[in-house]
Amino acid sequence: MLIRTTAALALLTLASTVSLAQTTKPSDPQIAHIAYTADVIDIEAANLAISKSRNSEVIAFARDMVRDHEAVNKQALALVKKLNVTPEENDTSKSLSKAAADQRKALSALDGAAFDKAYIQNEVAFHKQVNGALKTLLIPSATNSELKSLLETGLKMFEGHQQHAEQVAAKLK
Amino acid sequence: MTRLVVAALGLILGSLPLHAETIQVTIDKFAFVPAQINAKVGDTIEWVNKDMVQHTATVEGGWDVLIPAAASAKMIVKTPEEVEFFCRFHPNMRGRLVAKAR
Repeated sequence: MLIRTTAALALLTLASTVSLAQTTKPSDPQIAHIAYTADVIDIEAANLAISKSRNSEVIAFARDMVRDHEAVNKQALALVKKLNVTPEENDTSKSLSKAAADQRKALSALDGAAFDKAYIQNEVAFHKQVNGALKTLLIPSATNSELKSLLETGLKMFEGHQQHAEQVAAKLK
Repeated sequence: MTRLVVAALGLILGSLPLHAETIQVTIDKFAFVPAQINAKVGDTIEWVNKDMVQHTATVEGGWDVLIPAAASAKMIVKTPEEVEFFCRFHPNMRGRLVAKAR
């Protein structure tokens, strides 16, 4: 039990230590890469939940995440192609990927109710973190109006997912 | 006998959606537009989803309509009620239906 609680705490801590704040404004190709990376991270976490969880509510939530984030990424890829922008890897997207890989590893070690709780709590924290980055950094920094508009729609979606995750988390208690 | 026919006719007429309207509610960028719907029993609400993800229009303990991505779904207003509805997948999407008796 102590080990499980510690692992869950470690997950939460990881989510809060990755800083999405940058001193310099990211460029549009960097923003595109950050947004795409955030979507991919959430899809990978959801796929892990679909394979590990036995809780129908958690699995349904994870399927919603896969469906929505894949749809948004499809639209994002279509937009970068149209704008002739090549997404560019950067420190923010790298640290996001690194933290996500560590989190997946920690999540993989959990099972049953402990896994469900850690996955959903992490979903709440992750969406909150991305919402903050979209609001304070990515949307204000985007120069292309179509990219800005897609990010604004993305923010509404992430906010919706955060509330949805909070509802599922409340039911797990 | 005549009374029975009249009563039956009354029942049929009473259940017909006389002058029923179709009200369009658009879902665009994760918002219901308009957010407040004024309708009468028998009206049809057509949910037009312009987003690339699926949504629902759901009343807690009540009706639930699934609206696929870039598609529309219809529902008939069945009872007079004033209810708040939301999207199950994105609970930050909210609206209100005021349905009156015809």
